[in-house]
Amino acid sequence: MKVEILAGSVSKFGELWDVSPRDLVKGVVLEALFETRLKTGEIEAVYIGNMLSSSLGGQDHLGAFFSEVLGLNVPAMKVEGACASGGLAVHAGILAVTSGLYKNVLVVGIEKMTDHKPEEVAKALMGAGSDEEREAGATFPGLYAMIARAYMKKYGVSEEDLASVAVKNHYHASLNSHAQFRFPVTIEQVMKSSVVSSPLKLLDCSPISDGAAAVILGQGSGVRGQGSVNIIASAVATDSLGVADRSDLTSLQSTVLAAKKAYWQAGIKPSQIDVAEVHDCFTIAEIIAMDDLGFFPRGKSAQFIRRKKTTLGFGYPVVNTSGGLKAAGHPVGATGVKQIVEIYRQLKGVAGKKQVKNAKIGLTHNVGGSGATAVIHILKSDK
Amino acid sequence: MNSVSIQGYGVYIPKYRLKVEETAQVWGKNSLQVEKSLGVSEKSIAAFDEDTVTMAYEAAVNAIRRAGIKPQDIEVFFTGSESHPYAVNPTSTIVAEFLGIGRNYLSADLEFACKAATTAMINITALIASGMVTTGIAVGADTAQAKPHDILEYTAASAAASFILTKKNDESIADIVDFTSYSSDTPDFWRRDGISYPSHGGRFTQAAYFAHVEGAAKTLLDKLKLTPKDFDYCVFHMPNGKFPREIAKKLGFTSEQLAPSLIIDHIGNPYSASSFLGLSSVLDEAKPNKMIFMVSYGSGAGSDAFVFKTLKGVSQKRTNSPRLADYLKQTQYISYIQYLKFGRKI
Repeated sequence: MKVEILAGSVSKFGELWDVSPRDLVKGVVLEALFETRLKTGEIEAVYIGNMLSSSLGGQDHLGAFFSEVLGLNVPAMKVEGACASGGLAVHAGILAVTSGLYKNVLVVGIEKMTDHKPEEVAKALMGAGSDEEREAGATFPGLYAMIARAYMKKYGVSEEDLASVAVKNHYHASLNSHAQFRFPVTIEQVMKSSVVSSPLKLLDCSPISDGAAAVILGQGSGVRGQGSVNIIASAVATDSLGVADRSDLTSLQSTVLAAKKAYWQAGIKPSQIDVAEVHDCFTIAEIIAMDDLGFFPRGKSAQFIRRKKTTLGFGYPVVNTSGGLKAAGHPVGATGVKQIVEIYRQLKGVAGKKQVKNAKIGLTHNVGGSGATAVIHILKSDK
Repeated sequence: MNSVSIQGYGVYIPKYRLKVEETAQVWGKNSLQVEKSLGVSEKSIAAFDEDTVTMAYEAAVNAIRRAGIKPQDIEVFFTGSESHPYAVNPTSTIVAEFLGIGRNYLSADLEFACKAATTAMINITALIASGMVTTGIAVGADTAQAKPHDILEYTAASAAASFILTKKNDESIADIVDFTSYSSDTPDFWRRDGISYPSHGGRFTQAAYFAHVEGAAKTLLDKLKLTPKDFDYCVFHMPNGKFPREIAKKLGFTSEQLAPSLIIDHIGNPYSASSFLGLSSVLDEAKPNKMIFMVSYGSGAGSDAFVFKTLKGVSQKRTNSPRLADYLKQTQYISYIQYLKFGRKI
C-alpha cells in the first residue's frame, strides 16, 4: 500500500483555555491546506479522531460540527477508539483513499480536556476501560501501575529506569515549540515527584491536554518537491478491554499483532526504523512498546533507553522526538494524528531542532485504553 | 479620593486551627508535598457556635473601638461574604442590630467571591466622597466552605475584618488615595444556589487570579503614574501561599514589601476577609506617611486595587483594640473530626 501524506500540522498542546475546539481545528486545517495549496473544496471526506466530545463536551455530531467550521459539505464522521482515536481516524482515511472513492481526505485529531475538572476527565477516560475495572474504581494510572509492577518484577527494572523515559522525552520536548512541557527534567526530579499510583509518579505520567492535529492524505506526487512521504503500512489490532483476563501483563498483545501486520505490509524489519513516535501514556508504556515493536530484545528495552540509545543524537531508532505523550502533551484524540505529523516532518527533513539525521523510515504506535486497541503506521520517504 | 479615609479597622480570627498534616493524613496525601505545593501549613476554623454573623460582629466591634466613634455614627453597613448564613435575610442588619447602630442606616450584603468586602469599601468611599453620608463600615467575613477531599480543604479558612471610613480628619488612620476595578465573566470558581460546596476550574483558577490581579494593579499604577518602588507595603488576595508571592514578584514588588501582609502563613484563606486582614496586618505595624498598595481578587471574576497612605492615626489608635498578632497568640489545634463537626459536616 502507498498513501501519500500531502500535509500535516499540529497546534500548540497544553492548557489552551482561551481556544475553542472550533478554533483549534480551524487553525490546524488551514495550515495543512496552505501547505498542500489545495482549496477547501478539493477535500472529499473528513475523519475526526476524538474520544471525549460526547462525555465531556456534550457534542455527539462532530463530523458536521467541524464541517460547518470548515465550510465543507462532504462526508464527515467521528472515529472513536479511546486514546487511539487519532490513529484509527488516520487508518479510516487511508481506507478511504486506497478504496479509490476519494482522492484527498482530511484527517483531524482533536481533544479539549482542560476545561473540565480533573475528576470528570479521569471518569470520562475510564470510558476506555472494562465495566469491571470501572466498578472496581480503577483508573488508568492504577492499571498501568499494576503493569509496571509486573514488568519490573519479571525483568528486574527499577523506578529509575522508568524515570529515564521521562528524562528523554522531556529533553525532546524542550526542542519542540508546540510541546506542553518545554523543559528538561532529571532522574532525581522524577523520583521526587508526587506518587500518583506507585510505582508511577507525577513525572511518569502524561498530562491532561488540549490540542489538535491534521493531515491531508491523497494519491499523488509530492507537492513541495522535497520528496514525498508515504504511509506504507497501516495496521490495527485489538485485545480485551480490561487487563484482568490477559495471560501476560508485561506485553500488549494488540501492539505485537499490529506490529507484525505492519512490518509485513511494509516489507521491512524493526531494525530499519530510524524514528518512532510511540504511545508513552506512562513511562512503563514506552518500555513495553520498545519490546513489543521488536526494537530491542524483550526485557532489555529499559537498559537501552537508559543508555540513551533512543535519544536524539545518540542512536537509532530515535523515539518520541515530539516529546511523546509525556512531555508534548496528550490531548487523547489528537495524539495519533500528531504522531503521524511528527514522523512526516522528520522524513521531510523539516523537524527543526529535533530533526533526526537521515531519517527515511518512521513508525507511529498509538494505543487505546490499557492496550485494548493498537494502531501502527509505517511511513517512508521517497528521498 | 476626595479626602475619604480609614478611621478604624478591626479583625477577628477564631482560635481553632487545622493543620494541613491532619487533613492530608485522612486522605492519604503527603503533607509535605501539599504544604510545598500550596504554601500553606494550617488554617483557622470557626467554632461550632460561630458563623459569618458572629465573626462580622467581633470585627465590627474592634473597628468601632479603634475608630473611637459611637455605633450610632455609622450610616452605611455593608458586609461582603460568600458564606452569609441566610440566602435571604441580610447579615449586615443582624450585626448592626447587635451593635446598636439604630435605624437610620443604609445596609446590604455583597457577594463577589473573595472581593465582596473591598467592593463594599469602594461603595462606601463613593457615598462619603459624594457628601451623601459621613461614616460607613465595610466588613469582610467568611466561614469558607470546602468539599471534603477537595484541594480547597487545605486552605479555606474562617475570619473577619472590617474598616470604618469617614472624611479625612486629624485622627484618620490612612488616606484612600485612589482605587480601580478590573472585572470579567470568568468561570474559575462558583457555587450554585442551594449547593453546599463551591466548584472550581482547578489550575484555571491560577490563570484567572493572575489576569485580574495584574490587570487591576497595572491599571491603577498607570493611572497614578506610580511604580512598585513608590510603595512601602503591598497586599494581595491570598488564596494560597504561592499566588501573592508570585504576583508581587511579577509586578516588581519585593518580598520585604509583601511580608507583613502574609496572613495566609498563619490562618489560610478566609475568602472575603483575606485582603482586608492583609491590610490590617500592615496597618498594625506601619508608621505614618507610608504608601500601601492593595489588590483583592474575587472569582467570577474581578479585582479591586487601592492605594492608601498612612496618617498619624495609624500609630495613635494601634492599641485601641486587639491587633491581628494578638489573635494569632490564641490558638488551639483540632482534629479532622472536630473540623467536620464544627462545620456541621457530620
